[in-house]
Amino acid sequence: MNAADFLDVVNATLRLSTPLILAALAGLYSERSGIVDIGLEGKMLAAAFSAAVIAALTGSAWLGLLGGIAASLVMAMIHGYASISLRGNQVVSGVAINFVASGLTAFFGQAWFGEGGRTPQLPMTARFGEIDFPGAQAVADVPVLGLVYSHFISGHNLLVYFAFLAVPATWWVVQRTRFGLRLRAVGENPAAVDTAGISVAWMRYRALMLTGLLCGVAGTYLSIAQSAAFTRDMTAGQGYIALAALIFAKWKPWPVLWTCLLFGFLDALSIRLQGVVVPGIGAVPVQAIQALPYILTMILLAGFIGKAIPPRAGGMPYVKER
Amino acid sequence: MSAVAGQGQGQGETSPPAIELVGIDKRFGPVHANRDINLRVEKGTIHGIVGENGAGKSTLMSILYGFYQADSGMIRVAGREVNIRSSDDAIDAGIGMVHQHFMLVEPFTVLENVMLGVEGGALLTRGIAKVRGELKRLEREYALEVDPDAVVGELPVGLQQRVEILKALYRGAETLILDEPTGVLTPAEADHLFRILAQLKAQGKTVILITHKLREIMAITDAVSVMRRGEIVSTVATRETTPEQLAEAMVGRRVLLRVNKAPAHPGRELLSVENLTFRDSQGVTRLSDVSFGIRAGEIVGIAGVAGNGQSELLEVIAGIRAPSSGRIAVAGQETAGTGRALLPAELRGCGLAHVPEDRHRMGLVTAFEENENAILGYHRDPAYGGGPFLSRNAVRDDARKRIEQYDIRPPNCRLKTANFSGGNQQKIVLAREMERDPQVLLVGQPTRGVDIGAIEFIHRQLIAMRDAGKAILVVSVELDEVRALSDRILVMFDGRIVGERMPDADEQEIGLLMAGMDSKAAA
Amino acid sequence: MSSPIPAGPDRKASGDGISAATAEKPKALARPAPDKLPAWADYALLPLINVVAAFVVSGLAVLMVGANPLEAVKIMVFGALGYGEGVGFTLFYTTNFIFAGLAVAVAYHSGLFNIGAEGQAYVGGLGATFVALALDHFLPWYATVPIALVAACVFGAAWAFIPAWLQARRGSHIVITTIMFNFLANALMVWLLVNYFIQPGTMDPASRPFTEGASIPKLGGLFSLFGADLGAAPLNLCIFLALIAAVFVYVLIWRTKLGYEMRTVGLNPTAAVYAGISTSRIIIITMLISGALAGLLALNPVIGDQQRLQLNFVNGAGFVGIAVALMGRNHPVGICLAALLFGMLYQGGAELAFDMPQVSREMILVIQGLVILFAGALEHMFRPGLTRAVNMISTPQRRRMVEAGEASR
Repeated sequence: MNAADFLDVVNATLRLSTPLILAALAGLYSERSGIVDIGLEGKMLAAAFSAAVIAALTGSAWLGLLGGIAASLVMAMIHGYASISLRGNQVVSGVAINFVASGLTAFFGQAWFGEGGRTPQLPMTARFGEIDFPGAQAVADVPVLGLVYSHFISGHNLLVYFAFLAVPATWWVVQRTRFGLRLRAVGENPAAVDTAGISVAWMRYRALMLTGLLCGVAGTYLSIAQSAAFTRDMTAGQGYIALAALIFAKWKPWPVLWTCLLFGFLDALSIRLQGVVVPGIGAVPVQAIQALPYILTMILLAGFIGKAIPPRAGGMPYVKER
Repeated sequence: MSAVAGQGQGQGETSPPAIELVGIDKRFGPVHANRDINLRVEKGTIHGIVGENGAGKSTLMSILYGFYQADSGMIRVAGREVNIRSSDDAIDAGIGMVHQHFMLVEPFTVLENVMLGVEGGALLTRGIAKVRGELKRLEREYALEVDPDAVVGELPVGLQQRVEILKALYRGAETLILDEPTGVLTPAEADHLFRILAQLKAQGKTVILITHKLREIMAITDAVSVMRRGEIVSTVATRETTPEQLAEAMVGRRVLLRVNKAPAHPGRELLSVENLTFRDSQGVTRLSDVSFGIRAGEIVGIAGVAGNGQSELLEVIAGIRAPSSGRIAVAGQETAGTGRALLPAELRGCGLAHVPEDRHRMGLVTAFEENENAILGYHRDPAYGGGPFLSRNAVRDDARKRIEQYDIRPPNCRLKTANFSGGNQQKIVLAREMERDPQVLLVGQPTRGVDIGAIEFIHRQLIAMRDAGKAILVVSVELDEVRALSDRILVMFDGRIVGERMPDADEQEIGLLMAGMDSKAAA
Repeated sequence: MSSPIPAGPDRKASGDGISAATAEKPKALARPAPDKLPAWADYALLPLINVVAAFVVSGLAVLMVGANPLEAVKIMVFGALGYGEGVGFTLFYTTNFIFAGLAVAVAYHSGLFNIGAEGQAYVGGLGATFVALALDHFLPWYATVPIALVAACVFGAAWAFIPAWLQARRGSHIVITTIMFNFLANALMVWLLVNYFIQPGTMDPASRPFTEGASIPKLGGLFSLFGADLGAAPLNLCIFLALIAAVFVYVLIWRTKLGYEMRTVGLNPTAAVYAGISTSRIIIITMLISGALAGLLALNPVIGDQQRLQLNFVNGAGFVGIAVALMGRNHPVGICLAALLFGMLYQGGAELAFDMPQVSREMILVIQGLVILFAGALEHMFRPGLTRAVNMISTPQRRRMVEAGEASR
């Protein structure tokens, strides 16, 4: 692998990690509040579709973003209504949302635009384009620092920066704010939150709103930043990978970043190595690399490397009782 | 009783009562948990509320703390009528509560637990500094030392309770409700708690102490209200009453518990436990060096404050947990010791039956039909079907027979078990375990949550089993029940057997043993 | 020592003697709302309402794309049941969904949510394919297929075993692990098909076609006896296998000691331990059975229809099993009915896409998701209202008794 390949892989890693980071952080808010969220995939998909459609209709990336967030929020609130208000099964609700999203996006896509559910190709103006930082061209040839600045830091779209800033922001919210304290508490012992005079349901709804928001950005990124249109099932399991990353990161913001970068890197690598023949070994089994995030997470889940302890109240509806 | 009722109102006319409840009424479906409750709690006193399990004490306090809302009635705090619709309202009214099951977030530090809900702003930084200072002050004032940065889940129970008290005080509680606070405490911790409560009272705070332990009431309270079946049946000044009078008011009968039984004629030893030690998954020693034996035709009762190893003792003998060391033999056959400890299914084959302490959690599958629960644990019996199959008819016929024999009501073996009353559910379990003609019967909390008619029935059955030459181990938190049923009483404290007494022994003596105090040293 | 406990007169007068009270009154009075629903409403009416709700919401989506939902239903029903070939396809899909629904339901009875039926079926197809490729030149179909059947079961069970073992011994949540095993199954199968099964000189990642030695007789002949023409429908003997599996599951769950133990573990694991039942053993056995049922699914498309191993031949049937099990209340009879409904949806949906181009097949995915939502996650939405309504209509005298009882207190 030469230097150009290396640059490519690093940049691809950043691009591919972005939706994972956003979705995993989205899941973090939900799961830390005690609501298991299998439905990250569905929310992202709904957002990706909605963003692409609205951007295509209005020509505005920003309205697309709003539309993406709105669609994801609706899904999050359905999940909230089922699992918070009606105390339904959170896993079942998440699964349902994934199917509904997958079905609705393909259905409307096909009905409105034909072409197998693909939305119209967006012009650059209706997308989040790459932002070149001042002086990036000028310093491109400066060894190391200039290279890093011009190739890695500069030249991404706005949502990539948003994702990477969302990590410290989430850390700060969870660890340093009143909301974060209550969020952590409600996922561990909702009865303690209730007796402290705080509404458990409202806390959880608010957490799910953040989940909806972040999944909305993640989905928007997929359809109008990373690509220029929505294609059927374009999330392709990234919501599940994000969930795996969240577990692997033990539900903590900074580890979410590292894990998503690792998983994004594996993805970038598998794309890069597609069809590459290593002398003596033969074709690189890209499927093995793609499966690696799941295998790693499962090894962690099995307690062979550390132990992933989920929020204690996760998955259980809160029922007031003695 | 009526002569002493209402005396608590005679004092402190100058200031309005800290808490006044007027006509509080609450139902849960068909259960009338609180009926027309009227209660005055004077400021600066410790007011005890006693009553049996299920008398409605906790419901009443949950209403006062806004966890439930009363169907009707009025609450006055310091003379002002307040509308308490949530815990938040109660906190605003200056009421704090220490729940029986602590409302703590275990992975949080003491500091975080105390500030939860009263963070003092959207950012934690300023709040943390304030809480730290305030905790220091409270620590000085009430002798409530605890490290603010300790993780609560890692603290011993006594300290966790202290965190609960700190939480209430930090929220400016003028009145503190403690629900069965000593149930989980060691005697030393309980003593410390009482010192803290005395200190609170000295500072002008009001304390409401809910308990079913009369000793505590006599030791620390100024006034006491007795609850029975959802009603307050009397309120008296503590110094003007006696434990006997209170006990009578609690149960509504003069003789607490007497079981009609002939003297025991013990035969050969059927259950033998030698040097039994059990450490739980966290490595905490729950049973240490427990040795005793039960002979045929004998009931041995275990007395002790809940959480001193009784549950573990039952579960280890029943094979649910494996002992760390020691030997157990059932009817002469070693079931734990040198080899692998036998499992519950194998122990049933050895003639051991087990009525678990908590029938909902362990003894029954409440979503099953009655007949399905009647075979739980014995479902592999060939009588219920050959090979891998289970014969519905065999199971139901068997269930119908038991229903008749044990007078289980309603007499419908197809009814969901959850739809039976507590007493009838307990009868389902008892019928199942007794009908196997076991040599050794373990019974945990034989009559918890059981209505009075069924209590009598269950006690008679146990005596009949004894007279039929079985060895019976009874564990109960109700000392009266242990005394009434047992031929010998073993007292457990902190995972050890600290003494053996006859059932007619002095109650106070047994009580001291239960509290971990050697009676001779104390005398 | 002679006086037994005297029950004071006040005790008798109070409502404390609940045991006596419930003996005479109907149980409905003694329980809060959620348990009051009579069985017919609980097992027939409520699922029906949930399905209707799912269809109403889907109908709104159809309206949004400018199509007539009623017209759509008409086309779908005709497409699914209106002619022989449609019926054949409907029943072919139904076969898949029965297997998948049974797989999910068996796990559910032990308190496990098996989202991995899709992957288990996929890998089950690998087992069937190995047998077919190895034996189809040497043995007649009636010798090959039973061996392939066993292989499909074993491979499906093996794929379920690892999540089961992780749950039983290491406490890893089976929902998460079975989801991941779906992806792993996909990666494994793509790798195998692309690198090993693919026919030299073709671009299609699929195994070589099986010969007659690995085929399952179609039911076209049988149906033609009754004058029905199944046309090209791949309906085959597997549907009988599915019905046998449904009977097997019924007997297993309600008529065997193992089933009793499974239900005990599912409803109250602590009581199971008390009863001497090893929960980890039950978890593993349950998932092996569940995985084997999912594996069986593969026979239908792989040997019964396509006669070769293809990429993604399961095509979501494993996930449909979740909806089928939830809607069928985890009972084999309900599962067969729900599977039939989804079979109709799949076949009718294909027809619909043809006749109404704006309503694509993905509509089924929406309905499937909505059924899971309404029958599963939102099951408490209609229940309280329905309970009130049913009790008011069916037993007015009971209601009067309640009111009288309330007033007298």
